[in-house]
Amino acid sequence: MRLTCPFCGPRDRREFHYYGAADYLNRPGPEAAASAWDDYLHNRDNPAGVTQDLWYHEQGCAAWLKVTRNTVTHEILAVDAVAGGAA
Amino acid sequence: MRIDSKGRIDRSRPLTFVFDGTSYAGFKGDTLASALMANNVRVVGRSFKYHRPRGILTAGSEEPNALVEVLGPSNQTPNTRATMQELFEGLVARSQNRWPSLGLDLLEVNDLAAPFLSAGFYYKTFMWPRRLWEGLYEPLIRRAAGLGRLSGKHDEGTYEKAWAHCDLLVIGAGPAGLMAALTAARAGVDVILCDESSEPGGRLLSDEGAIDGLPAADWVAGVLAEMASLPNLRLMTRTTVTGAYDDGTFGALERVGLHRRPRPNLPRECFWRIVAKRSILAAGALERAIAFENNDRPGVMMASALSTYLNRYGVVPGKRIALFANTDSARNTARSLMAAGVEVAAIIDPREDAAEEPGTTVHRGAVVARARGRMGLREITIRKGASETRLSVDCLGVSGGWNPTLHLTCHMNGRPRWSADLAAFVPNDGAIPGMLVAGAANGSFSTHGCLAAGAEAARASLAALGMAAPMAALPQAEDAPYAIAPLWQVPTKKRAWLDFANDVTTKDVALSAQEGFTSVEHMKRYTTQGMAPDQGKNSNVAALAVLADATGRGIPETGTTTFRPPFAPVSIAAMGAGGRGAGFAPQRFLTSDRASRDRHAPMIEAGLWYRPSYFPKPGETTWRESCDREVMMVRSSVGVTDVSTLGKIDIQGPDAGRFLDFVYTNTFSTLPVGRVRYGLMLREDGHVLDDGTCARLGETHWLMTTTTAAAGLVMRHLDFVHQAFCADWQVRFTSVTEGWAQFAVAGPRARDLITSALGRAPGLPFMGCSDVTVQGIAGRLFRISFSGEEGYEIAVPTRYGEALFRDLIARAETMGGGPYGMEALNVLRIEKGFITHAEIHGRTTACDIGMEKMVSAKKDCIGKAAAARPGMTGPEREQLVGLKPLTDSPITAGAHLFAQGAELTRENSAGYVTSVGYSPLLKSHLALAFLKNGRARHGETIRLVDRLRDIDVLCSVTGPVFHDPEGEKLRA
Repeated sequence: MRLTCPFCGPRDRREFHYYGAADYLNRPGPEAAASAWDDYLHNRDNPAGVTQDLWYHEQGCAAWLKVTRNTVTHEILAVDAVAGGAA
Repeated sequence: MRIDSKGRIDRSRPLTFVFDGTSYAGFKGDTLASALMANNVRVVGRSFKYHRPRGILTAGSEEPNALVEVLGPSNQTPNTRATMQELFEGLVARSQNRWPSLGLDLLEVNDLAAPFLSAGFYYKTFMWPRRLWEGLYEPLIRRAAGLGRLSGKHDEGTYEKAWAHCDLLVIGAGPAGLMAALTAARAGVDVILCDESSEPGGRLLSDEGAIDGLPAADWVAGVLAEMASLPNLRLMTRTTVTGAYDDGTFGALERVGLHRRPRPNLPRECFWRIVAKRSILAAGALERAIAFENNDRPGVMMASALSTYLNRYGVVPGKRIALFANTDSARNTARSLMAAGVEVAAIIDPREDAAEEPGTTVHRGAVVARARGRMGLREITIRKGASETRLSVDCLGVSGGWNPTLHLTCHMNGRPRWSADLAAFVPNDGAIPGMLVAGAANGSFSTHGCLAAGAEAARASLAALGMAAPMAALPQAEDAPYAIAPLWQVPTKKRAWLDFANDVTTKDVALSAQEGFTSVEHMKRYTTQGMAPDQGKNSNVAALAVLADATGRGIPETGTTTFRPPFAPVSIAAMGAGGRGAGFAPQRFLTSDRASRDRHAPMIEAGLWYRPSYFPKPGETTWRESCDREVMMVRSSVGVTDVSTLGKIDIQGPDAGRFLDFVYTNTFSTLPVGRVRYGLMLREDGHVLDDGTCARLGETHWLMTTTTAAAGLVMRHLDFVHQAFCADWQVRFTSVTEGWAQFAVAGPRARDLITSALGRAPGLPFMGCSDVTVQGIAGRLFRISFSGEEGYEIAVPTRYGEALFRDLIARAETMGGGPYGMEALNVLRIEKGFITHAEIHGRTTACDIGMEKMVSAKKDCIGKAAAARPGMTGPEREQLVGLKPLTDSPITAGAHLFAQGAELTRENSAGYVTSVGYSPLLKSHLALAFLKNGRARHGETIRLVDRLRDIDVLCSVTGPVFHDPEGEKLRA
């Protein structure tokens, strides 16, 4: 498996650290309800198809990346820098 | 038996080898199988279950019978295919699964007991009594049924891993693969051509045929010569492509040293990962057998293998040979044999319309009903209609047709489809992204068909790579149509073999269907068909055809089992190459490493780092003596230890303070320049992530330290928090762990030592920091302590680390001090109640460790919301306490705590011990532990039990700080 880092180009998956679903990007505010925090911390979809998750280019440029991929075909559809996106 | 003038062996280079203790002669270019055949060795192994004598069946990596142990000077490689093992001078091999010898195998009694040993017998026979299964039945069955053995010794062989990249990977160097690779390489793309054999050419080396009017082997030689002149083509022989994976990645096993006498430094095997933009599978096809009574007798083999042995190795396995075939391809074998002067006694062809063959008798519409000759074929029975005749032969070549070698196309969930015309499964297009299948692997069985398909696949691949490929004239070759009348088994009441390697017969498959295991996947597991080292290459299609017969379904409805990687066995040693011993993980060494080892300090692993455990002095015989002395040395004078393993993160920018406030629970933005603060970090789920100090070096410049264990984790965490939640803040940070060597100096005389080393008094308050000049070198000084004594940490650029360490120790020794190791460091911090990752192990909260007041109420921080959830604080949780045994008894980390009188059950566990050490200061064993509602229970007596180490001690519960609870020494 290879990911195309937007800064470094195509790289072997051994350079990356997997974190989890891209849901981790949507941090509730400090005043959010307990249920919102519960969703944020624990509740995840497990789709057969397109999913988004977070990878860290630990052996490379240290960028956190949002990877859009298909769990059925293993196709990598997009790799975006987290810092360039929602923040 | 050798045939003069035939074969590609080098008769000028004779070799000697040993099989089962007997010395034989062969030639350079032989395989072990061909050399044994030349020496008229007919029985080469015993079968898995029935211990029947077996001979060579094939000439390739699919061989199910001729599996041997190859003995090296220090290792023993079991299940080596004699058909793949190239001969070298001094090769020593041994047959498998027989006792006491290949000729007399006492376990052949299993063959007589065959009626009781049908498929699944062990599920039925060894049911009762149940307790005997593990102790008696299973070991007995395992000993009786088996393949090769390992030596039990460490494998001294070397193995390698390697990566390769190319535009086009061509798998197989037969006519299709050679044509494809040549066409693509001529167009200028980077090509890797892999072939399993030692010599490229595939069937062109095995079958006599002509290309462009030349012998096919000459055409191959011409192609190879041109390939050698093309720098963009890499030919990898002895390399089996074993698996197809995502993104055009392929696994491949290269047999590097296995065909040579053992040489130091030459790897036995190399496991490749090849990344290709496009690929062409040209792996050819495998001939399949026909099942008939006793078809496993030595001397019964594949017709195409006879051609290979004759034309490649100049050897035939008999003097009087018959052929049993339902295709025309076996006719080429017959003609080759006759042209070489070998008697072909008959061709038995089940097709009523089969053609005559000059020079031999063709029995049309007939089958071979049975074979005779336990240690070697003597006779076959030919059945036509109701009449049977016997024919004396010593070898029978069988061909039941050809199965395309499409295994790789199924490695990513692809399924093959049934071709009724070919009576075989063929691959579906697009099964592997970027892969085209060409030649016999795609069901084109003529030489012309292979050459044309190879060229076409190359052109299509080039187009996909954006290259135009000129049309070139195809070499001329035979283009005979493939004609087959499917025949899978000759009916018999006796046993007819399908899977030679696992001893599965047509009866076993029928029994499977009869007992309800009618799905092909169930049949496979019930009979073990296809689960041997050959993974069913010789038997899969025939077995499911027999299953289809037994269930009354067609073959397409019956389907096939899934082909998974690897295509051929790959040794774990090759896949794990480089990962043994010290290669298992990287090693990180301190700048003081040599100085510590000079003092005979045993090193202990801390993550990837190696740190000194203790520094033994003459006369000390146990680690405890050294540790106790080092602890007292720090408490009474001064000690020096290397703390460079702690993570150091340099943080800069106007928003650095704000950022630290967000990642630490406590406030940092208010810290004055030149001061250090202890900080606590939580995970977003509210549990403690890490702790450490953070120094403010300048207005916008900070230096964070992390624990050794969590250095990488914290860096990753900071990067995430920054990039995900506050990428627009003006803050940047980088790890400088390896840039600085840092030494802790601790003890009542620490200030004297620092003064001596700096040439001036440090002049720092507790938790102060400053830039310093250390003997002309710019460094940093921090007044922090992990021991409870007055302590400093002095940092210099890494390249000065060893010199400073030696200098500090020399100065310490003049003051009655010296170096201390990890053991003493641990005791010192336990005495003082300082936590490590033994305590903040991922399940503890700030409240559990008594630091809930460090979670600032005035600001948000990572983990704050989740830390306030119900159940994260309160008396029902286990809280950090100290323990002191009432008697002078050792206690252990991992022990559990129970109220006195409580039954020792899991439910009654009131907590557990995380750290222990003997305090020479307090003359007592001490522990840090987590105890339910522990802070309210100081002074209670609790029972500590470690059932693994048989420890059961009463302890008094105390606060976690045993030494100087007011911290007066720190601040002195």
